[in-house]
Amino acid sequence: MRQEQNNIFANIDWVLVILFTILVCFGWLNIYSASKAEEDLALLSFGTKYGKQLIFIVLTIPLIVFVLFFNTKFYERFASILYVLSLIGLLLLLPFGKEINGAKSWFNFGALGLQPSEFVKAFTALALAKLLSDRQYNLKLVKNQIKAFIVIFLPACLILLQPDAGSALAYVVFFFVLQREGLTKAYMVLGIGSLIIFILTILFNTYSILYFLLGIITLFTLYFMYKEGKRFLRFNWYKVLGVYAVITLFVLGIGVAYNNVLQQHHRDRFEVLLGLKTDNQGIGYNSHQSELTISSGSITGKGFLKGDLTQGDFVPEQHTDYIFSVIGEEWGFIGSSLVIILFMALMYRIIYLAETHTNKFGRIYGYGVASILFFHVVINIGMVIGLLPTVGIPLPFFSYGGSSLWGFTILLFIFIRLDAHKNYDF
Amino acid sequence: MQKGLLLNSFIALMGIFFIGRLFQLQVIRGENFDPIRNAAVKVKYDYPERGYIYDRNGTLLVANQLSYDVMVQPNQVKPLDTIEFCKLLKITKQDFLKKFKKADNYAPWLPSVFLKQLAKEDFAFLQEKLHKYQGFFIQKRIIREYPIKSAANVLGYIGEVNEALAKTDEYYQPGELIGKEGIEKQYEEYLRGRKGKKLFKRNNLNKITGSYQNGAKDTLAENGKDLTLTLDIHLQQYGQELMKGKRGGIVALDPATGEILALVTAPSYDPNMLVGRKRSKNSTILFNDKISKPSYDRALLAAYAPGSPFKMMNGLIGLQEGVINVNTGFSCSGGFRYGSRKREYMGCHCKIYGRKVRLNAAIAKSCNSYFSNTYKRIIEKDNKPTQGLNNWAKHVKSFGLGNYLGYDLPAGSPGLIPTGDYYDARLNYRWNGSSTISNAIGQGEILTTPIQLANFTAAIANRGYFYTPHILKKVDKKPILDSIYTEKKITTIAKEHFNPVIEAMHEVFKTGTGKYSQVKGIEICGKTGTSENFAFVNGKRVQLADHSILVAFAPKKNPKIALAIFVENGGYGSTIAAPITSLMIEKYLNGEISKANKYRETKMLNLSLQTEYDKLIPKPTEEIASGTE
Repeated sequence: MRQEQNNIFANIDWVLVILFTILVCFGWLNIYSASKAEEDLALLSFGTKYGKQLIFIVLTIPLIVFVLFFNTKFYERFASILYVLSLIGLLLLLPFGKEINGAKSWFNFGALGLQPSEFVKAFTALALAKLLSDRQYNLKLVKNQIKAFIVIFLPACLILLQPDAGSALAYVVFFFVLQREGLTKAYMVLGIGSLIIFILTILFNTYSILYFLLGIITLFTLYFMYKEGKRFLRFNWYKVLGVYAVITLFVLGIGVAYNNVLQQHHRDRFEVLLGLKTDNQGIGYNSHQSELTISSGSITGKGFLKGDLTQGDFVPEQHTDYIFSVIGEEWGFIGSSLVIILFMALMYRIIYLAETHTNKFGRIYGYGVASILFFHVVINIGMVIGLLPTVGIPLPFFSYGGSSLWGFTILLFIFIRLDAHKNYDF
Repeated sequence: MQKGLLLNSFIALMGIFFIGRLFQLQVIRGENFDPIRNAAVKVKYDYPERGYIYDRNGTLLVANQLSYDVMVQPNQVKPLDTIEFCKLLKITKQDFLKKFKKADNYAPWLPSVFLKQLAKEDFAFLQEKLHKYQGFFIQKRIIREYPIKSAANVLGYIGEVNEALAKTDEYYQPGELIGKEGIEKQYEEYLRGRKGKKLFKRNNLNKITGSYQNGAKDTLAENGKDLTLTLDIHLQQYGQELMKGKRGGIVALDPATGEILALVTAPSYDPNMLVGRKRSKNSTILFNDKISKPSYDRALLAAYAPGSPFKMMNGLIGLQEGVINVNTGFSCSGGFRYGSRKREYMGCHCKIYGRKVRLNAAIAKSCNSYFSNTYKRIIEKDNKPTQGLNNWAKHVKSFGLGNYLGYDLPAGSPGLIPTGDYYDARLNYRWNGSSTISNAIGQGEILTTPIQLANFTAAIANRGYFYTPHILKKVDKKPILDSIYTEKKITTIAKEHFNPVIEAMHEVFKTGTGKYSQVKGIEICGKTGTSENFAFVNGKRVQLADHSILVAFAPKKNPKIALAIFVENGGYGSTIAAPITSLMIEKYLNGEISKANKYRETKMLNLSLQTEYDKLIPKPTEEIASGTE
C-alpha cells in the first residue's frame, strides 16, 4: 500500500490531467468574459461570478488530492455505501431543498449552494461498475438486467421528483455501459424505435402514425401469408396479434406521454426545434440569440473580451448553460471547433485507457465516465448551436457553478486514480 | 474495441455534426454577418441640413426652420403634477390623458411625439421647466420654410418616407424625411446630402456602453447641396396672381436655353400649408378636392386638344413637304366640305370671302379651310394615308410633342400624336385624310400639355430647334452640364420655312385675335385658340364654355420668352388668354406694367370664372332633397 502511494504521481495519466486543466482554464476565461462587469473587481472574491468560479477552481486542487488519496480497493468496497449515501442526499432534498426556478435541486449553506445531483452521477457510475464487475454477475439474465436498471434509474427518479428533467435524462447514457458489457440488442432497437416514433408523434398526429404502422404490419402479414400459405397464420397467430397489440399500446403510450406527462414548456421546446413554431422572442429567444451570437463570431472570432453580444449580455444564462456561445463569438469557428476536438480527445482517451484495464471494475467505471461526459457535451452544445431542444444541463468544466465543476472533477479523477493502479490490483 | 464501437462512433458522429453545424453558422452565415444589424450595435444618425432652393435671381425660395416637439417615453414617466404640466403646455387634462394613452399604447419603451411643433416663444420657457418631468423631453427637428408663398407645384414638399421604401432602400430608416413631389422629389439626392453615422455598443438593456470599434465605421454627415432654379419667382408670382379665380396653367420658357421661367398652375396653394402643425388637416383639404384639384399640376399633367395653335404645325409641315408654298391659295366659303354627306362639313370663321386665302392670312385669321386642304395634301401626298400620316407624325414629334419631354420634374403626361399605324389599328385601315381632318385644326385625337405647347412655341421662336425644358440651373452655384439640357434638339423643318409662319403670328397680335392685347414697343408673335369641351354633370352631358388657349413668344427678333397658356372654360383665346399673355410678356421683358396697360392688369386680376366652374359641381337631385319618395 505504502509503495503505491509513493508512485501515484508517476502512474497517473498526464494526458487526461492536462486536458482537464486546459478545459477548466479556458472555461474560466469565458466565464470571466461573460460575467465581467464594467468596473473590474478583485479576482478572488465572492462579489463576482468569475471571482467565485476562480475560488471553486482553486478548491479543486485539495479535492483532487483527496480523491487521489484513496486507492482502488476503497472505491470498489465503498461504491455501494457512497451510492446509498448519495441517494439519501437526494431524498433529503425533497423536504430540505431550496426551491430555485421551480426545482428543489439545491442545499443552501449560507452564501453557498450545493447541488447533489451533480455528484450522484459519479457514485452511480461506481455502483454500476461494482454491480457489473461481480464475478457472479451475468448480464444475459433478465433478473440481473433489472438489477442494473434499478441502480441506474433510482437516482434518476429521485432527480425527476425535484423536478429536474434534464439531469434525470443524463442517466439514459448508462445504456452505453450496459451495451459495452453485452446487453442484448433488443433494448437498443426499442430505444431508437421509441425515439423515432416520439419525433413522428410530434410532427404528425398520433393516430395517423398508428394507422401507418399497423398498415405496414398488415402488409408484412399478407406477404408471409402469400409466401407460406395458411399455415403461417395457424402457427403464428399469437405473434401477429402480439405485434399489433404492442405497437398500438406503444404508440398510444407515447402519444399520452407527450401530450399529458410532458408539460407545455417541454412541448414548446421540441416544437420550436422541429420548426413547427417560430418564436424568436419567447421560448425560442435563447436559442435564436445564441445562434446569432455564434454566427457573429465568424471564422476567427472577435477576440477575448471583444464579443459585443456577449459583453452586452444578449444571451441569457450565458455563463452557465450557454457558455459555449461565448467561445463561438469571441474565439470563432477555430476556437469552438477546437473545444469540440478537445472534448472528443478527452472521451477517446478515457475509452482507450478503460479498454486497457485488466480490472473489470475500472473498465466499466471508465465507460461510465466517458458516457456521462458524452451526454453532457452533446446535449449542452447541441442546444446552444440549435441542433437539440433546450435542456438545462451544464457543459462539463466550462459552465459556471461549483457543484457541477466538483462533480465532474470527482468523476474524472476517480477514474484517473483507478487507472493509475490498474495493474496493481491483479 | 469491437464492443465499445457504439459509443466510439457516437462520439465521432457528434464531432462531425457539431463541427459541420459550426461551419454552417460561423463560416457560411458568419461571413455575411452585417455588424450594423447586430443587436449589440446602436446606430445614431446625424442629420445634415437639407439644401436651400433659390430662384434664378438668387431669391430664397425654400429654407429650413427649427421646430421643437415635446416627446414622451411613457415607461420613464414618474407621477407628476398634471395640472401644472398642462398649464405649461397649454393643453387640457383630457388632451393630456388622450395623448399619453396613445403613446403608451404604441410602445411604452419608445419615445413618441407628445406635442408637435411648439411655438418658438414657448420653447425657451419650457426648456427650463421640463427637466422636472421625467420621461418628457424636447426634440429638435428641421422642417421646411417657404419665405415666398408660391410655386408650390414646382417646389413640392417633403414627408416621412413610406414603409415599403424604408424597407427596400438601405439609405432610409422609417420616420425619416424624403422629397415627395416637385424639386424636393426630383433632386432629393442633392438636397438631402448624406447623413452621418455613429456606431455605439449597447447592452441588452439598451444602454450605450461605448463607441463601436472605436469609431472605425463612423461616417461624417455631408450637408445637402443648395439648388438654383431657372424659375423667375417674380414672373411666377405674377402668373399665379393673374390666374386667380381661373383654372389652367401657364408655362414660360427662355427659348435660347430651354430654361423654365414660370410654371403656373391654378388653383394652387401656399407651400407653407404642408409644413407644421396644420399639415395633416391641410393635406386632407388639398388632396381631397377632386373638382378644382389644387394639388394637380395642370401645366405639366393636363393634356388638352391644342386647337388653333396647332395650325402653325400643319403650315410648317406643308411648307417642308412642298405641298404648299407661301403663295398657295385656297378658297374658303365659310367652311370646308370633306365628304359628300351633309355632316361632313367643317365650318370656318375666317370671314375671307371672294379671294384665295394664303398662309399669312390663314394663320392670322385662323382659317380652318386652308389647313384642312393643307393637311389633306400632306396625308395624301403618296396616295397612302398610313405613310402620309406617319410622315406627318414624324415632323410633329420632332417638336417634342406626343411623348414625355424629358424635363426634370417628376410629373408629366405624354399627350398624344396619332400616327398612321394608330389609325390602322383603330379604324382597321378604313380611313384617309378626310376622316382624320380634325387633326388639321388641332382637334381630334391630338392631345398636348401646356409645357409641350410652350416648348413647341420656343422651337418656332428659335426657327427650328429647342433645348429640353428644365428647372435646375445650378447646383451649389455651379451651372449644370447635363447634356440632355445643353444640347440643341433640331426639328425636321428647315429654317427658312419658319419666317413666313412667324410673320403670320406677328400679324395675329397686330391685326388678328390678339390685337387688343398689344404692348407698345414689344413685337409679340402668337396664336390664340379655343377647344370645345363637355362635362357630365348629374349624368347629363353639358356643354361648357370653351377652353381658352394661347401660345406666344416675344420679341420677334431674338426671342426672350416663349409661353403657352391654358385657361379652362376661358372662352375665346382673345378675351382672357391673350391679355394674360401680354401682361406676362410685358412683366418679364420690362419688369413692370406700363400705365397704359394697367387697366388690363386690373381687369385680369379681378376676373373670376367661378360661376362657370360652379356648373361642374353636381347638385343634389330633387328626389334626394325631398326624401319622400
